[in-house]
Amino acid sequence: MATITRKSVDVVIVGGGWAGSIMAKELTEAGQHVVMLERGGERSTASDGAYPGSLDELEGNFRFKIFQKLSKTTVTVRNNINQTALPYRQLAAFLPGEGVGGAGLHWSGVHLRMAPDDLTLRSTVISKYGKSFIPEGMNLQDYGVTYAELEPYFDKAEKVFGTSGEAYKVQGKIVGNGNAFAPDRSDDFPLPPLKDVTGAHLFRKAAAEAGYHPYSIPAANASRQYTNPYGAQMGPCNFCGYCSGYACYMYSKASPNVNILPALRKNPLFELRSNATVLHVTLDSTKSRATGVIYLDEKGDEIIQPAELVILAAFQFNNVHLMLVSGIGKPYDPVSNTGVVGRNFVYQNISTTTAWLDPSVYTSQFIGTGGGGVAFDDFNSENFDHGPQGFIGGSPVWVNQAGVKAIAAAKAGGPPGTPRWGSAWKSGMIDTYKHAVRMDAHGSNMAYRDVFLDLDPTWKDAFGRPLLRMTFDWKDNDIRMNRYVVSKIANVTKAMGARRTHLGMKEFGQPFDTRFYQTTHLGGGAVMGNDPQTSAINRYLQCWDVSNVFVIGSNAFPQGTGYNPTGMVAALAYWSAHHIRTTYLKNPGPLVPA
Amino acid sequence: MLSPPLSRRRFIQALSSATALTACTWLARSPKAAPQASAYTPTFFTPEEWRFLHAACDRLIPEDANGPGAVELGVPEFIDRQMATPYAHGALWYMQAPHVAGPANLGYQLPYTPRDIYRRGIAGARKLARQTHNAEFADLDADTRDSVLTVLETGDLQFDDLPASTFFGHLLGNTQEGAFSDPIHGGNKGLGGWAMTGFPGARADFMDWVDQYGRQYPLGSVSISGETI
Repeated sequence: MATITRKSVDVVIVGGGWAGSIMAKELTEAGQHVVMLERGGERSTASDGAYPGSLDELEGNFRFKIFQKLSKTTVTVRNNINQTALPYRQLAAFLPGEGVGGAGLHWSGVHLRMAPDDLTLRSTVISKYGKSFIPEGMNLQDYGVTYAELEPYFDKAEKVFGTSGEAYKVQGKIVGNGNAFAPDRSDDFPLPPLKDVTGAHLFRKAAAEAGYHPYSIPAANASRQYTNPYGAQMGPCNFCGYCSGYACYMYSKASPNVNILPALRKNPLFELRSNATVLHVTLDSTKSRATGVIYLDEKGDEIIQPAELVILAAFQFNNVHLMLVSGIGKPYDPVSNTGVVGRNFVYQNISTTTAWLDPSVYTSQFIGTGGGGVAFDDFNSENFDHGPQGFIGGSPVWVNQAGVKAIAAAKAGGPPGTPRWGSAWKSGMIDTYKHAVRMDAHGSNMAYRDVFLDLDPTWKDAFGRPLLRMTFDWKDNDIRMNRYVVSKIANVTKAMGARRTHLGMKEFGQPFDTRFYQTTHLGGGAVMGNDPQTSAINRYLQCWDVSNVFVIGSNAFPQGTGYNPTGMVAALAYWSAHHIRTTYLKNPGPLVPA
Repeated sequence: MLSPPLSRRRFIQALSSATALTACTWLARSPKAAPQASAYTPTFFTPEEWRFLHAACDRLIPEDANGPGAVELGVPEFIDRQMATPYAHGALWYMQAPHVAGPANLGYQLPYTPRDIYRRGIAGARKLARQTHNAEFADLDADTRDSVLTVLETGDLQFDDLPASTFFGHLLGNTQEGAFSDPIHGGNKGLGGWAMTGFPGARADFMDWVDQYGRQYPLGSVSISGETI
């Protein structure tokens, strides 16, 4: 195992997913020599999405072909500070990616813009309900950036991703039947909305009858053939149902591999090194400047890669882990309530409701498109009066059918109370698969003083580093929110004519359970903001303490929202890159005085 | 799906109802007892384990009016073939020590790979059958096998430090995988699992059917290798 020092570059980027690919594209456009380091292997549609071999549910969703290999590294999890955290040994509750494209290769494609009120949630809540409305122990914060500032970058990301959707308001004018709660847009979606699958079609009608405002979920799944501004081509989605967990064989689902990397790979300023596991960021003796990174290559050699600028663009918790093991920023201590790295770790609060329709109605759950579907936002963000409810946060409610395949149907089984095996299970499972519609309340999760990330004292990864430790549990505020929103779905399933409905709700006192898939939408832990006492990075996603390190990802979210994170991560990447290009590169240093 | 924790009382009930059935020895030795093993020769499971696997899968997904059962679908072959994959060697899991017991909601914490779980689990389940029914599990009639499987599923029985319910969970999960995965992995023979559920398999093109609202999809299933029904 040799130690080799490589030639210095302008920029080193850790992670080959959406955030890293966007930063690489922007910074090579600015003439920078960029090296991107990805811990996993090379991936492309031609190999990982080959038809028909890749349409293998066992390999894709149950042997986790394009997901993180936990054998090398994982996290530990506990519900509270008095417990011993234990390793997350088997993928279940959340499914991070690995390999070129990162989680951007296996994602589904829901592509939303953050709601304006969610970006200023603390200020909004205080102005509407008073400071005393915020529960004790909740670290409610603003992002330090507004929707108006981010709008051009949301727009840019949609054009790069080839996003399908229907706008409501463009440049102040109502133009269509989009989300009536959505903010103004500078331009329409690049592609029209996808067709509704049966469940979404029935949900749209029933939600309107129930008095809500249904809209087509903006989806980075192309409804038509499309060529993006980088010259990348997408084919029209054919609703094949192999979306989440697969490298879309139709080139319809946006991914770094399809939408950005083809342009980058042609650029001599760009170099992608896969199977390169970054161990830590190296700092100079002042600890206020990064000198580059150290990584292990495929052969196990330790490579010192000097760079002028370091971009951390790994998965949310891997960014936080790298900051902690590199000594960037002050680690959070929940007891003294000091420090920022690891603070405001958040998740998303999801529950699924099922409606069984008349047996003459086939819901064809195997037909699906990852980002498509129908939602209503009447109980999301600040779209309703929280005053009488006494909680902060909200949920969109939607039918977002990415394609339910046979093994998943078997494991989901029949209605509650049905045995898990035997003939009764068979009947219940078949009836549910053929005739049911599933709806999610896809809700926010607030940040709390005693929910955080730090380094585990016991378990280590394959490279000898301490594992990241999650201290996480559901809180009453978020459970009350979930129960309130889910109760509103009853009107919808009634209007649908359901013969049976199971309203899936969070239960008080039930701890976070790592054994069951919930969502991979983890957030926070190195959040953005305007106060270095409560944020690890400034509003340009630049480290307060080490100004030549930028940290891009959902780690920047001060609290969890009801929306999927990728649209916001992409917009933040373009926003940060814009300020690096226009300000930082001309005069490297802090973009905001600490 | 989360099973409710089983009370001591219910566990004992399950055990005693299982015991009660041992009196009916004619049932336990009826010619319809265990289904015949398929022509496939297992490479991981011993002959006794192989008989157990058939007899257990046969009850988890029985052949009935809804369609074929796990044995007809080749699930034992699927599971045996899976035992040669990285998954069965624990390569998909974080296996580093120390292995410390904790609350169930923090997930699996034992040092055992799927191969270990089958070896220990089948030995434990066969022993349970011999203790409570004085017979090999595979020689028990269907109802008695169901009662033993229920004990494994819902009881707080331990096979040394391996909970019987952990073994049961793997057996059930792999059985479902075998019945409904692409036949390239050895199960879902004749695409019988897909025919039963109406899943079209690798057909993967519904451009012309997405807005045929509520109608039953008219085409049969197709596998990765091109097999159709």
